[in-house]
Amino acid sequence: MSVAAIGQPVSRVDGPDKVRGTARYAADFTLPGLAHAAVVQATIPQGRITALDDSLARSAAGVIAVISHVNAPRLPYRPFQDRPLVDPQSGDQLRVFQADRVLFNGQPIAVVVAETLEQATLAATLLRVTYTPERAITQFDEARDLLKPPPASASKPTDLGWGDADAAFAVQPLRTDSSVRQPNEFHAAMEPHATVAAWDGDRLTLYDKTQWVDNDRDEIAHVFGIPPEHIRVISPFVGGAFGSALRTWPHVTVAALAARVAGRPVKLVLTRRELFSAVGYRPLTVQRVRLGADREGRLAALIQEASAQTSIYEDYSESVVDAPAMLYATANMRSAYRVVPMNVNSPCPMRAPGTATGVLALETAMDELAEAAGVDPIELRLRNYAETDPHKNLPFSSKSLRQCYALGAEAFGWTNRPPKPASRQEGSQLVGYGMATAVYHTNRAAASARATMLADGTALVQSAASDMGPGTYTAMTQVAAETLGLPVAAVRFELGDSELPKAPVHGGSMTMASVGSAVQAACLALRDKCRSLGGNAEGIEGYRALLGRHGLDRLSADGQAAPGDEARRFSMYAFGAVFAELRIDPELGTLRLPRLLGAYAAGRIVNPTIAHSQCIGGMVGGIGMALTEQGMWDPRFGRVMNASLADYLVPVNADVPKLDALFVEEQDPHVNPLGVKGLAEIALVGVAPAILNAVYNATGRRIRELPVTPDKLLL
Amino acid sequence: MQPFSYSSPADPRVAMAEAAVPGAEVLAGGTDMMQLMKEGQRSPRHVVDINGLPYRGIAVTAEGIRIGALTRLSEAAEDQALRQGWPVVVEALEASASPQVRNLATMGGNLLQRTRCLYFRDWATPCNKRQPGSGCPALDGQNRNNAVFGGSDRCIATHASDLAVALVALDTLVLTEGPNGPRRLPLADLHRLPGDSPQVETVLQPGELITALVIPASAAARRSRYLKLRDRASFEWALVSAAAGIDLDTGGNIREARLAVGGVGTKPWRLPRIEQALIGARLSPEALRPVAELAGEGARPRNGNAFKVELMKRAIVRALLAAGEVT
Ligand SMILES: Cc1cc2nc3c(=O)[nH]c(=O)nc-3n(C[C@H](O)[C@H](O)[C@H](O)COP(=O)(O)OP(=O)(O)OC[C@H]3O[C@@H](n4cnc5c(N)ncnc54)[C@H](O)[C@@H]3O)c2cc1C
Ligand code: SF4
Repeated sequence: MSVAAIGQPVSRVDGPDKVRGTARYAADFTLPGLAHAAVVQATIPQGRITALDDSLARSAAGVIAVISHVNAPRLPYRPFQDRPLVDPQSGDQLRVFQADRVLFNGQPIAVVVAETLEQATLAATLLRVTYTPERAITQFDEARDLLKPPPASASKPTDLGWGDADAAFAVQPLRTDSSVRQPNEFHAAMEPHATVAAWDGDRLTLYDKTQWVDNDRDEIAHVFGIPPEHIRVISPFVGGAFGSALRTWPHVTVAALAARVAGRPVKLVLTRRELFSAVGYRPLTVQRVRLGADREGRLAALIQEASAQTSIYEDYSESVVDAPAMLYATANMRSAYRVVPMNVNSPCPMRAPGTATGVLALETAMDELAEAAGVDPIELRLRNYAETDPHKNLPFSSKSLRQCYALGAEAFGWTNRPPKPASRQEGSQLVGYGMATAVYHTNRAAASARATMLADGTALVQSAASDMGPGTYTAMTQVAAETLGLPVAAVRFELGDSELPKAPVHGGSMTMASVGSAVQAACLALRDKCRSLGGNAEGIEGYRALLGRHGLDRLSADGQAAPGDEARRFSMYAFGAVFAELRIDPELGTLRLPRLLGAYAAGRIVNPTIAHSQCIGGMVGGIGMALTEQGMWDPRFGRVMNASLADYLVPVNADVPKLDALFVEEQDPHVNPLGVKGLAEIALVGVAPAILNAVYNATGRRIRELPVTPDKLLL
Repeated sequence: MQPFSYSSPADPRVAMAEAAVPGAEVLAGGTDMMQLMKEGQRSPRHVVDINGLPYRGIAVTAEGIRIGALTRLSEAAEDQALRQGWPVVVEALEASASPQVRNLATMGGNLLQRTRCLYFRDWATPCNKRQPGSGCPALDGQNRNNAVFGGSDRCIATHASDLAVALVALDTLVLTEGPNGPRRLPLADLHRLPGDSPQVETVLQPGELITALVIPASAAARRSRYLKLRDRASFEWALVSAAAGIDLDTGGNIREARLAVGGVGTKPWRLPRIEQALIGARLSPEALRPVAELAGEGARPRNGNAFKVELMKRAIVRALLAAGEVT
């Protein structure tokens, strides 16, 4: 029996559990004797703690322990052999309760453990902390004097270039020089970060919100100086993360430390307000792009400069200038990416880290160039179409961007675009269309999986992967079902446990490519094993009979998949084109987005239903970036003042009318055995510039600072 | 959260007596109170849940419409009489919060919700309203949502209620009952300006409860609209809002106008001078704009909210024009 499961619109296999409320997230785990923790965060951005009086807190009802730098056990923080991939690659990580130094407002400085959450929370307010404040760096624009190149890293290029971009720019007949500023943006996932930590002698179990159980285990092993084998991390469900649960943040150490000192299992759930400084965010970034072109708009020079905030203790950097270097053909290119250390907690990847940022600046600049050249924005992009990767000098493994432009433009009705800015008015509203290119690199990493045939003819497939929402459970089940020749309902996929076969980080849009390939390999191995037992068993009945004949209650096979040399031979990216229509009431500054459409080419689409929902979800993130989301920073306190979901505005349904995502069929034999490209980050890329370009088309005004709020649109 | 005792009396006199004890707080829908308690802005020792009191329901009376203080926002918004005779109120309600919040939130509680000033809501910063004498960082900080009218050098917090803006335009009366007996006071007199003591927000006495609201009927109430402008399309308080009600003479000119604005005042902000100046005005953008211009008088904008002055004038014009279209 051959079963086509890949490519089918299978409903989420974890859907019923989520709907019934039986899916268990980190904070849902409870253990006998569980105690509760509340953190105390610093309220100054830089200085020393000169006194910390915890006597009131200690004598409060139910309090089991109060831990701060005064009494915390010294933690080894063993040197890393290699830094975790998901951590900044230089600087010193923040150490929990090891010194009196405060490096940012919101830094954890103590934890209270009590019998109940209410008791812990109350006692945490009873700590009396005295500080000696020091001069803090809290103004980005002042701190830009301090900007420095982040340490060079192959995966995050900073200074790229070829030719002589400055000289070429100077002599071009068409030149644009534009800037864009974006505020820091927060992941604001529904599920707060939470950890339940339980020690059994020198063994630790963590129930945690994480996108990478293996890294969680390794990080805590490094902090506590214990063998990783002594730690088990369990994380079956993640309620959205968007990158905030890639690295292991200090609160996980806080929970483990609290459990150790209290001698009890401890649950720590961060509050919404705490989350804004306890985990990272997309950094405030300022960019300038200069484009030089001939009269037809053919690029001769591209100069892109970006500076972004980082913390004073780590150099967080992201690949802002990577995509701009490969997106268009140009003979001369120069880019510079700099980081600005400030008294903030370290930023971290947020959906399409760096790429969304770099593409924002480039694609709004391309809109300006299209206008300067007097050509349609799509035509301009076609004139500058990169047939090969101009930066890596490699052919693309596949590139269907032309088809994305065509499919998207057709479906959207791009030809109806008002040809001139501010030229179409309907009632009190100005109408504008905008578009932008989307791109995201296709990566994969080594992964492994185990496939087990059970006596009843159903299969269990496992890997230490994660599913923060994109549908890992479902997609892996489909791959396994098709490979084994079983119906989807006869396969169960398990993830989120560090005891399972190793998987890479659930980020960078590479889970499908990496874990999917390993699942396929494990299932192929299992099939071979079954075949070697004789016969051509397929289907539930076939497998059941086979195992029965051999008196087996199970039969397992492991599979691995690792990148080959494809990345050396090809430049690998998913591409897309995003189209937006806006209506702006220039008198009131109100903006409505009736339509947003993305056309994507991302290799093989494993599940069209989930892919579609994944894409429109990413587009909503892009709407937030463009229109509503911003950390409202107060430099006097070094604090984000709108740290709540009432004040940090993510788009609501009313902001998001008609969304559509279309897929260009694409076969890519090079990227990985499954032929899939990532389909997570790309959906956020290009949305903000498409909207900004539409704002210009509607009003004739370039908005150079996100988000586009009514005050910026008042004409 | 500090431990507290809790009671839910059915007898108003018991509730008032309990609520009058220092350290006690009243709980209605709890949609604001629970947030304030969780984040430590309020730390009552005793919580009096008033949901058992007979203050719920809507009735049309000779005076107008009487709405019990415990009536949920969603119930009021669905009331046919209110929709007919006082559309601005329904529109203000429908533009408030979310359906879930409106199912729980009460009419009385809405008027007494605390400000959304970011510093008031974040315990880690100073704030005169939360901690008298600690300072007002909003003056020179993130004050995008703060007020341009009625502020002092101690506080410029906006009164965030949408409902109150609509109600104050329509001369709504607040009925209360307290240890000293019942009172009827104009909604316009319920809230105090911050002055030197921004922590005291209303004229209510300890233990005094709002029992009902009475909104008088009028031609201007019938022909009324609410316009709310904000950063996202729903589920957010107003950057600027305008409640307008008009009565037209036979020539189509304004005979009488009711006008209040939201998002800009430290209390629900009525504009009596503009109401006067509108009498006799034609309902056209050209005729209304010069009058709306007067609304900017006395505004004291700060760096982050200066745009509100112009936005308010435009909102006023739009709201009046929209009211003119009500049939
Ligand atoms: C996410 C969110 C969004 C919101 N958006 C909006 C919005 O857009 N526009 C808007 O106007 N509002 C908005 N609100 C506020 C909401 O409308 C108020 O929280 C609600 O109306 C308060 O009513 P309640 O019954 O829940 O009051 P509670 O929270 O129970 O009480 C609020 C205050 O009123 C006092 N109180 C309550 N009833 C009485 C009474 N009868 N007599 C004396 N004192 C009393 C309480 O002691 C307390 O001090 C929003 C709220 C939330 C949570
Ligand atoms: S405006 Fe009022 S509420 Fe806001 S910080 Fe100042 S005193 Fe506090």
